Amino acid sequence: MTAWREFASGVWQEEINVRDFIQRNYTPYDGDGSFLSGPTARTLALRGKMDELFRREHEQNGVLKIDVDTVITPTSFAPGYLDKEREIIVGFQTDEPLKRACNPFGGMRMVHDACRAYGYTVSENVEKQFCQHRTHNDGVFSAYTPEIRAARHCGLITGLPDAYGRGRIIGDYRRVALYGVDRLIAEKKKDKLARGEQPMLERTIRALEELSMQLEALEDMKKMAAAYGFDISRPAENAREAVQWTYFGYLASIKEQNGAAMSLGRVSTFLDIYFERDLREGVLDEAGAQEIMDDFVMKLRMARHLRTPEYNELFGGDPMWITESLGGVGEDGRHLVTKNCFRMLQTLYNLNPSAEPNLTVLWAEALPENWKRFAAKVSCDTDALQYENDDVMRPLYGDDYAIACCVSAMKVGKQMQFFGARANLAKLLLLALNGGRDEKKNLQVGPAHEPYQGEYLDYDKVVELLDFYRPWLAKTYVSAMNIIHYMHDKYCYEKTQMALHDSHVHRFMAFGVAGMSCMADSLSAIKYAKVRCVRDAETGLITDYEIEGEYPAFGNDDDRVDSIACEQVELFCKELKKNPLYRGAEHTLSILTITSNVMYGKKTGSTPDGRKGGEPLAPGANPMAGRDRSGALASLNSVAKLSYDVCRDGISNTFSIVPQALGKTEDERVGNLVAILGGYFGQKAHHLNVNVLNRETLLAAYEHPEDYPNLTIRVSGYAVNFYKLSREQQREVIARTFHVSV
Amino acid sequence: MTGRIHSIQSLGAVDGPGLRAVAFLQGCPLRCAYCHNPDTWDPAGGEEIEAAALARRLLRYRPYWKETGGVTVTGGEPLFQAAFVEELFSILQAEGVHTALDTSCTGDLEAAERVLAHTNLVLADLKFLTEEDYRHYCRGSLARVEEFLRLTASLGVPLWIRHVVVPGLTDGEAHIRALGEKAASYPNLRKIELLPFRKLCLEKYQAMGVPFPLESVPEMDETRCRELAALLPDCGKLL
Repeated sequence: MTAWREFASGVWQEEINVRDFIQRNYTPYDGDGSFLSGPTARTLALRGKMDELFRREHEQNGVLKIDVDTVITPTSFAPGYLDKEREIIVGFQTDEPLKRACNPFGGMRMVHDACRAYGYTVSENVEKQFCQHRTHNDGVFSAYTPEIRAARHCGLITGLPDAYGRGRIIGDYRRVALYGVDRLIAEKKKDKLARGEQPMLERTIRALEELSMQLEALEDMKKMAAAYGFDISRPAENAREAVQWTYFGYLASIKEQNGAAMSLGRVSTFLDIYFERDLREGVLDEAGAQEIMDDFVMKLRMARHLRTPEYNELFGGDPMWITESLGGVGEDGRHLVTKNCFRMLQTLYNLNPSAEPNLTVLWAEALPENWKRFAAKVSCDTDALQYENDDVMRPLYGDDYAIACCVSAMKVGKQMQFFGARANLAKLLLLALNGGRDEKKNLQVGPAHEPYQGEYLDYDKVVELLDFYRPWLAKTYVSAMNIIHYMHDKYCYEKTQMALHDSHVHRFMAFGVAGMSCMADSLSAIKYAKVRCVRDAETGLITDYEIEGEYPAFGNDDDRVDSIACEQVELFCKELKKNPLYRGAEHTLSILTITSNVMYGKKTGSTPDGRKGGEPLAPGANPMAGRDRSGALASLNSVAKLSYDVCRDGISNTFSIVPQALGKTEDERVGNLVAILGGYFGQKAHHLNVNVLNRETLLAAYEHPEDYPNLTIRVSGYAVNFYKLSREQQREVIARTFHVSV
Repeated sequence: MTGRIHSIQSLGAVDGPGLRAVAFLQGCPLRCAYCHNPDTWDPAGGEEIEAAALARRLLRYRPYWKETGGVTVTGGEPLFQAAFVEELFSILQAEGVHTALDTSCTGDLEAAERVLAHTNLVLADLKFLTEEDYRHYCRGSLARVEEFLRLTASLGVPLWIRHVVVPGLTDGEAHIRALGEKAASYPNLRKIELLPFRKLCLEKYQAMGVPFPLESVPEMDETRCRELAALLPDCGKLL
């Protein structure tokens, strides 16, 4: 077969096994970025068109256009182009760039609300199609218990994917390029026949139905590509096709699903194998290779879902989480950095900084120094990268995993996760003190228990109350998740993405916590200072706290409080694991909030750490803003103590430092950032968002957003264009700790 | 033994090579016109801490230092608490940590010699080039500074000379050339750093209710500072 000419043979030819193909064929690159090419005239012209569309989109409240007549599926829209004559990689979700479409499979209510918010009305055509159609959202709410509804209502558990696509599933889009869709169809048919031999009970029947949906999806993917003039039934023959085929796999998925995070996986090093072959064969030069990657990334930057304003309040900045994982080290000790990893980062220069794709560097001690320095330089220049510790993930997930969303690792094509939002630990503490009543709504949410008695909070008594309410919260949370994912599988099954997985997959169910540092600081205040309760005269609820004395706060490398944080997270994880999960999934836990820490804060009354009701919680595993006063590294050391063994779905930390504090020259700044990353990850820490910027820059962008169209910052596990955040979210970002030298 | 510290900065990227933990010590015999840490003057201020406990706190940042970084002690004037620094540095050196002493070169020479025995690098502030300026702007003595610098040379401790460039005061080209010549006269010199005058410390003075003597002087232009640096002997050749 000519598509596989020159490739080293292996088991990847006998079975679907992209990892084996990569391991036998990739070329590690130890050099620096000096080989890279800038943008071509063509790229600059297309970039100009793209930027103009972005400008118009921003002018129109963040939504350029909505098609209210067509329900989006992989095949329901005619092809769309930015510049048909000059595009190298093609394909949009709809027939025009940035035009958004109705995707009611997760829930019709979201579609109605989103259209209304932007001045549109859903067409009769779409209404008619869906008035008889039960959606995921309908299913979930028919099964929710009163307890779940109450916990959801008061903001104890929030951000549940119960009205939209769950996301956080990564199809192995590389399979489309390496094997062609016909081979994938043949393999799925074989799997289906074998599956039919098993006892014909619920599990088997469901698997058979799902496999048949996957087969439909693969046929649809071919039709979608054919409309653009490509035959993806066969494998890709060269680099351009490999990128195009991979992108078609991804495109079909984001047409079918509007999941919260639709990540790309780990495609750069895979694609490098095709680039290297084309370069060897002399049919491509470096400028041409970069141009293909630039065009690919432009397509990714123009992907859009139709969202409601409420959704943006949770996940600010209209993110897609098109996360691409770069680098890392292989199980045989060779690093996985290739020239194409450099090209992917180079797009941030050629196309200007951007939030998408969500570029994620898998950090390992053994990465080549040149790559570490290049990534650090890109961070200093663009604030667009996040780093995750390959040395702690590789032992668990091997060397062909990728990050979904922000921090969730999974083996590509072999593992998937049921995404599960988060429980608010700060709120749990308040609920426990108030005998299961919500401190803001005065509503009985949890089981009734005698509220905390006495004027001053006693640590042991408070911990006892937490021990009483934690199991209840864990059980309620698990129940909600089990319902959601049962219904999602039933009404909104990801057939395209699952067609690009093995037929047997391992499932994680990823729980999350928010308000971790607020809870730890509160318990620390109770233990090391004196905290007096202030009760509401009318309701008797404890609604405020007065602190006498000082307490150690999380983020200062002080074991007295850091150990409390670790203990509370571990206890919650243990409690979750006592509850069995839908479809035999494995429990995992993350400390990640996205931008929902602002909204969570709004729903949380005053806390014993001195935080006033309504004020934001800290994002992810960050210390509370302004309380990590012992310097940048002390702050990092505190977060590094949280164990990845407990939080297998990731521990997100966002770090902002002013350039002057990092060093006097670019060379020093780059070297010092490499040292910070090495020191942090050397302590088995998991994740770091890096921002190198001054607060003054953000204040200026807050006042004059139009002057900063490309200002990109890392928030919590992802990057955003600063101007796309709500004013409230912008203020919270500005209020965060910026580590300075003085 | 115990000493008094003002604070620890975990991420020092501008006081010595690589990433360094920086301990600010309390107490200083000088009163430099452009002092940016007036809150370290008071020898009775700050926090009292055992040298061993301070070493433990600093060593928490070791994962970030790699081969190039380490600990810098500054102040205030570290030689004001020479015995304390001596003990701290001896503990750190025994742990294999690179130690840097950021000093205004004013202190008892015998005590300083015992500190230098455990010092890998001296960051020496050479503030002025005449006895008169030293007295007027710092309440210090050039002769004592030069005595200390000769001591570092005789002990062979690598030396960086640092100099704050203040507009209208220490930014003359002839002055900078003379500084370069003076610095190059020490055989242990490895680097000369020009530090542009900043006024970030203004808030501290206001909080302390102390007038800042150079309040009306503008901040030093960084580009001009880089141009002045070109007048200095090539540090690459010094290494």
